[in-house]
Amino acid sequence: MAGIYIHIPFCKQACHYCDFHFSTSLKKKDELLQALIQELVLRKGELKNISVETIYFGGGTPSLLSINELKLLIDSVFKNYTVVENPEITLEANPDDLITVQGQSKTIFEEYKSIGINRLSIGIQSFFERDLKLMNRAHNAHEAKDCLTLATKYFDNISVDLIYGIPGLTNNEWIENIDTVLAFNIPHISCYALTVEPKTALESFIKKGLIDNVDDDLAQEQFNILVDKLEANGFVNYELSNFGKSNYFSKNNSAYWQGKPYLGIGPSAHSFNGDQRSWNVSNNTKYIKSIQLNELPREVEILSKTDKFNEYIMTGLRTIWGVSLEKVEENFGITYKNHLLQQAEIYIKEQLLYIEKDNLLTTKKGKFLSDGIASNLFKINLI
Amino acid sequence: MKNIRNFCIIAHIDHGKSTLADRLLDFTGSVTAREKQDQLLDSMDLERERGITIKSHAIQMDYEYEGEKYILNLIDTPGHVDFSYEVSRSIAACEGALLIVDAAQSIQAQTISNLYLALENDLEIIPVLNKVDLPSANPEEVTDDIVDLLGCNPEEVIHASGKTGFGVDNILEAIIKRVPAPKGDPDAPLQALIFDSVYNTFRGIETYFRVFNGEIKKGQHIKFVATNKDYYADEVGTLKLTQVAKQSVKTGDVGYLITGIKTAKEVKVGDTITDYAKPTTNIVEGFEDVKPMVFAGIYPVDTEDYEELRASMEKLQLNDASLVFSPESSAALGFGFRCGFLGMLHMEIIQERLEREFDMTVITTVPNVSYHAYTNKNPDEAFVVNNPSDLPEPSTVNRVEEPYIKATIITKADFVGNVMSLCIEKRGIITNQTYLTPERVELTFEMPLAEIVFDFYDRLKTVSKGYASFDYHPIGMKPSKLVRLDILLNAQPVDALSALIHADNAQFIGRKMCEKLKELIPRQQFDIPIQAAIGAKIISRETIKALRKDVTAKCYGGDISRKRKLLEKQKKGKKRMRQVGNVEIPQQAFMAVLKLND
Repeated sequence: MAGIYIHIPFCKQACHYCDFHFSTSLKKKDELLQALIQELVLRKGELKNISVETIYFGGGTPSLLSINELKLLIDSVFKNYTVVENPEITLEANPDDLITVQGQSKTIFEEYKSIGINRLSIGIQSFFERDLKLMNRAHNAHEAKDCLTLATKYFDNISVDLIYGIPGLTNNEWIENIDTVLAFNIPHISCYALTVEPKTALESFIKKGLIDNVDDDLAQEQFNILVDKLEANGFVNYELSNFGKSNYFSKNNSAYWQGKPYLGIGPSAHSFNGDQRSWNVSNNTKYIKSIQLNELPREVEILSKTDKFNEYIMTGLRTIWGVSLEKVEENFGITYKNHLLQQAEIYIKEQLLYIEKDNLLTTKKGKFLSDGIASNLFKINLI
Repeated sequence: MKNIRNFCIIAHIDHGKSTLADRLLDFTGSVTAREKQDQLLDSMDLERERGITIKSHAIQMDYEYEGEKYILNLIDTPGHVDFSYEVSRSIAACEGALLIVDAAQSIQAQTISNLYLALENDLEIIPVLNKVDLPSANPEEVTDDIVDLLGCNPEEVIHASGKTGFGVDNILEAIIKRVPAPKGDPDAPLQALIFDSVYNTFRGIETYFRVFNGEIKKGQHIKFVATNKDYYADEVGTLKLTQVAKQSVKTGDVGYLITGIKTAKEVKVGDTITDYAKPTTNIVEGFEDVKPMVFAGIYPVDTEDYEELRASMEKLQLNDASLVFSPESSAALGFGFRCGFLGMLHMEIIQERLEREFDMTVITTVPNVSYHAYTNKNPDEAFVVNNPSDLPEPSTVNRVEEPYIKATIITKADFVGNVMSLCIEKRGIITNQTYLTPERVELTFEMPLAEIVFDFYDRLKTVSKGYASFDYHPIGMKPSKLVRLDILLNAQPVDALSALIHADNAQFIGRKMCEKLKELIPRQQFDIPIQAAIGAKIISRETIKALRKDVTAKCYGGDISRKRKLLEKQKKGKKRMRQVGNVEIPQQAFMAVLKLND
């Protein structure tokens, strides 16, 4: 089973915290669309004998594309790849795109459904105007709520993104944000601690002192609030930032943490086939030019055994599946397993990790420290 | 022989010794423009950068004065109290000394103690007032200081500037006219003084010497008196900017010798060279086997580099015989070496040379002096303690003695109070106070050497705003109340952080250590208690709070590779730290005790 990710590198405006690849100019949209379709054709050999289980439109802002444009892309996937029956097809969407289409004969939601999209991931981030302004989101607080009212009428499988640890966001406001989502009976929520990425507007504002820096202690408190609240409401924290009711975990995203292969289409998109990772150039013009010449504009990294082991530790510790000791021994050998157990010992003693049914897992306390722990569990080749 | 002049330079650090030496070489045409670079004599990069001379050097200049050709041998001396023995041997090789005094800063403690050494050796002193071109120069007053000190005439003080070259001709004239020619019997058996040695990768050890009697010939069968080893003089010669091989080096002259010796240990500064068959009956007086004053552990950052560290230390020892080391092991740091140094600067230099010349990153543990412990079982026999772990169980110890020094400090009258408070805090007892001039005071203390090891220099500089100079000499052992301060991280004792300190300071240093370690040890994923203890008694405690967040929120397809590399880099970065139990300790934490006041 495999997933296909399609990157739509356009946005109406730049969110201050975002370091993904996108352009706010739509001039090259048509050319890019053609290139995406062409890349799907060029790479169809890569998933021979593997059927596609999920299709995911990410970005950027995929909801900027018209129904016809999205349909072209979906059709192209079906034409060139073997797709399972009832694949999970997710569209990342911004609230402002979902409510501007009222008054037409069909709602946008019905249109999405008509082309096979069965899962929406909506970038709400916050229901407070102050937060949305601080982050330079394209929608306002009203639109955030209105779009959910509409979306839930047509879609059952909806995921909502929220951000916590925003300077100025109090714990009570955070609880209010969570409650609002819960009131809409949304089955999947992704929550991210606001992260200051290098070379973003947010970083520059913080450096200039225009915005307070993010506070790790506050982020940790809000994370704890989140976990407690969502777990009490029947959600499973199946990955550090992802919470789903049973049967509503993101199939596409779980593939990333479970080492399953995926094909990334579009500028800056990453692919993984089990032995190598590759990534396309993060530049729309270069991407289009190269694809037009039938050349894949990508860099390839072949993973060593140690790389694979380290990735497994890093991703495994973020999930409820943890790191299977049996799998480690089977895939990497007994020395790796012993290394892992030896390095893990102090964290087990400090109650940051635990072993259950032969799986190494993070405790509630350890979850928010899992990168630092993973790093210490890594194997490093000294050459 | 009557046209040879052997002289050295006595100066305080920064008083312009090396620059003035450069001008002398310039003026006598000893260097061509192509060879010219600043601080020619300081051949180690480290010497140039720090502006100090670590090794002695020698250079021969030819100079014609009033129609006669003269040979001038300049013996440059190290400029730091750690190397005072080497200075004394260089002085013993000369008949005259240039006393260089900065016209703005006047005479400093170290200058005075070296001056006394020169006077004891009956050297002719030529006072030179350097940097007279500086706006802050105060030639009249400083001349008065010099006149007071030497009892000379003000006219005898030569004004000069190493920067412009002003006065260099007068200095050369004074060397020729005032420094006596060497005396000695060319027909007597060979008697030469070794004043330094240098390691050369291709030629082995080059020994620098001064001939007092007889001559040393190429091919001669010779003997070193103190080591009682004999060699053949494969090559002898004089020391121009490059070496000039000669058939012989004669009475009164300075030269080098190559015998195929491979290790510096065999060439002891101060030793006498003589003929093997016809040995001299007069050995050069003043030979001492230099003893290390300060001991510390040196460990490889990566335990796997132990053998490489040993090889590097051995190579370093070829070139620096005053470095001694023996293997030791620590529960925290694994295998390493206990090393003896002449002083704190020497220790720093060794550490830095290991890094620069051998690419060895090392952890240096808290240094200590050498104590004598007497056990109840054996109350008359001293047991040497060079390592905190050597200190016997308190209940079995009869008494402990620690080395004391006589410290001389010269400072401005304004800072006498501050300096005194510092010395008293450091367990010093004042024995003398002399006003050299109304403005300048010489203070003499008896102090434990151990106190000098613990941030004394930096404190002295601070309390005197830089206007204090310091010199010391060992004066023997005295009773002490010594305790071992242990540090526990996460309830585990870390032997490499233990220190030997005076009982009265234990509480204070224990508290400061905990505070300093809290600052230096990075936060980890769990709380780390830090405790200072004497025996079973905890005297201080701090806690390094755990990190709250150490994870990035997003980890999707595109993030995995980047993130893995980032976390791998983090893990590699920790290679420079030492994992002790479950705590990662950065290199500098092991020296924390020395920087308690930063």
